[in-house]
Amino acid sequence: MIEYEIKPRTKFSLGFDEIWRYRELFYFFTWRDVKVKYKQAALGIVWAILQPLVMMIMFTLIFSKALNVSSDGIPYPVFAISGLLIWNVFSNGLLNSANSMVANSNIIKKIYFPRLIIPMSSILTALVDFIFALIIYAAILIYYRQDVDFLKLILYLPLSILITVVTTFGLGTLLSSLNVKYRDFQYVLPFMIQFLLFANPVLYSAKAFTNPVLNGLMKANPIAAAIELCRSIFTGTEVNWQTIAIGSVMAVLLLIAGVITFRKTEAYFADLA
Amino acid sequence: MKPILEIQQITKEFKLGRRNESYLALRDSISNPFRKREKTANTFLALDNVSFDVYPGQSIGIIGKNGAGKSTLLKILSKITPPTKGKIVCRGRIASLLEVGTGFHPELTGRENIFMNGSILGMRRFEIQKHFDDIVNFSGIEDFLDTPLKRYSSGMQLRLAFAVAAHLEPEILIIDEVLAVGDAEFQKKCLGKMNDISRSGRTVIFVSHDMNAIEQLCNRAVILSNGVLKEDGETHRLIGNYLNGERNIVFSPIQLVDDVELHEFAFEPVEIVSGEDFNFTIQLLTKGDKSPEIQDFCLLIFSEKGVRVSIIDLRPFIKYFERDGNFLSLKAKVENINLVEGEYSLGLFYVINEVRKEVMDIHRVRIKPGLPQHPQVKPYLSQYRGHVELMNKIKIA
Repeated sequence: MIEYEIKPRTKFSLGFDEIWRYRELFYFFTWRDVKVKYKQAALGIVWAILQPLVMMIMFTLIFSKALNVSSDGIPYPVFAISGLLIWNVFSNGLLNSANSMVANSNIIKKIYFPRLIIPMSSILTALVDFIFALIIYAAILIYYRQDVDFLKLILYLPLSILITVVTTFGLGTLLSSLNVKYRDFQYVLPFMIQFLLFANPVLYSAKAFTNPVLNGLMKANPIAAAIELCRSIFTGTEVNWQTIAIGSVMAVLLLIAGVITFRKTEAYFADLA
Repeated sequence: MKPILEIQQITKEFKLGRRNESYLALRDSISNPFRKREKTANTFLALDNVSFDVYPGQSIGIIGKNGAGKSTLLKILSKITPPTKGKIVCRGRIASLLEVGTGFHPELTGRENIFMNGSILGMRRFEIQKHFDDIVNFSGIEDFLDTPLKRYSSGMQLRLAFAVAAHLEPEILIIDEVLAVGDAEFQKKCLGKMNDISRSGRTVIFVSHDMNAIEQLCNRAVILSNGVLKEDGETHRLIGNYLNGERNIVFSPIQLVDDVELHEFAFEPVEIVSGEDFNFTIQLLTKGDKSPEIQDFCLLIFSEKGVRVSIIDLRPFIKYFERDGNFLSLKAKVENINLVEGEYSLGLFYVINEVRKEVMDIHRVRIKPGLPQHPQVKPYLSQYRGHVELMNKIKIA
């Protein structure tokens, strides 16, 4: 016989036991979002592969062919796709999760389940796209006959994705709970993402920064760290582990800030949404 | 036996925003971050110190007008919103159906939606699989399982939604007004299913405006009024009291024509029995000195859904309006009112001082089942009998 109490929230808890009980919902929300995203598109899931490919071609044309941006000694497409892999997880995940609470407000107002599942599964949706993008990634590596250090690949790629997911999750939960209260965030977000695309070394090398202040800022940026890590698989440059460590700490701090804000405000989502 | 739900002094307070908006714009916080939030902000008590216990196997109807706090109570029970004060001790899994089809997605197929909806409602995947065939049978959408939901008719969506919900197996089931839609046959199926659920020993908490549905399903009821628990007890008696209470509210006069208002419009008994008599009183108040000239006068009877069922033509009785000072009243008895049991709304049609008008929904009456016309057989359910019992005599030729 279970026994529990419903009462005003007094003490703070993460509620992981509850999330675990509802774990199947992760699967269903992610599955729904992936399904719905590609339904009624003639090409269906092929879009998940085409999107990063088209972006990569576009950026190669502009940045490499037209502007001659340096790509740390590797072919620009390889350089770009390494950055885009990370960037797409971050930008799609952030966009999905920040809007997720408002988008699912009809469910939130009617049914109870641990609310954190919603922003979490919208990041999982972005990860599903990432898995498809890996196909392009592999194809490009083969096409450019890139020498692959497999040890680096299986260590660095997951680690960089982990840093990205933690960052995205922190920022995503933070923005999603703010978005419930202040709808302004849904207008700010597209600009923010565009700004971040140019502010992060996705399309250019991090070495392009010579200004010490900007360099310092870049060090504190977990996404830049993840991209650097992901790229070092091919560029052969030594990974600056100090940068990675700072980036990881920042990612975790963002996560803590996001989850705490979310948990503190979630009880009233149904009243506000 | 310990109660399965102990609701202890639950209070829910809502802050009414200055501009009555449900969300804030960042601008408000940025533009004046130092301004104190008006402490005097209007608060509104949706629930005020509500306590009652529910025992396993009971089915409880929650009765109350719009805004009485019923939905808020259900939302607190289903953990959607926390109470401001008080607590609820639960000894069982709660599933709530505050709206059928929550989590349905138009782009997904029927099959996919069954899984999606089921899991949002708290079913595990193997449970859904176990009940899958039953759900499909109950909803009757076999042929459309792999069609996207957006191509379903709204009736089909509703059937599917209720079918999923009906196969939940929680210890406590919370239902809010799900029967408000759907055709008569499906409503009957739903009521039947809900009956099964409550008979199988599970606890059901049911909110509806349909007193007949509550009476059929619930053995106990509570009345909420302006957030306060007014009464708690046996359903039949409570519904009587509730309707009585509604009726006892001072009748607010209705302007009929310029200087004539309807001052009283009363029916007796409170619960009219089908096939039996009732009395009514109509009192008009004239403001001028001149006695109004009543040319036409009819009582209009509408079904709950607003369909005109019949009229009671009072033209021959206009001359019996009795004058007393500024009042004009008519007291009369209607014999053998052969309306099928249910809720009806009454209106008036009149021509007074050459002004011709119709006023609807002045008063609501509830008609209770009377003796069956053919005692040797069980009467059909009211929804199959229309609104009027024809008292025809049938002779075998």
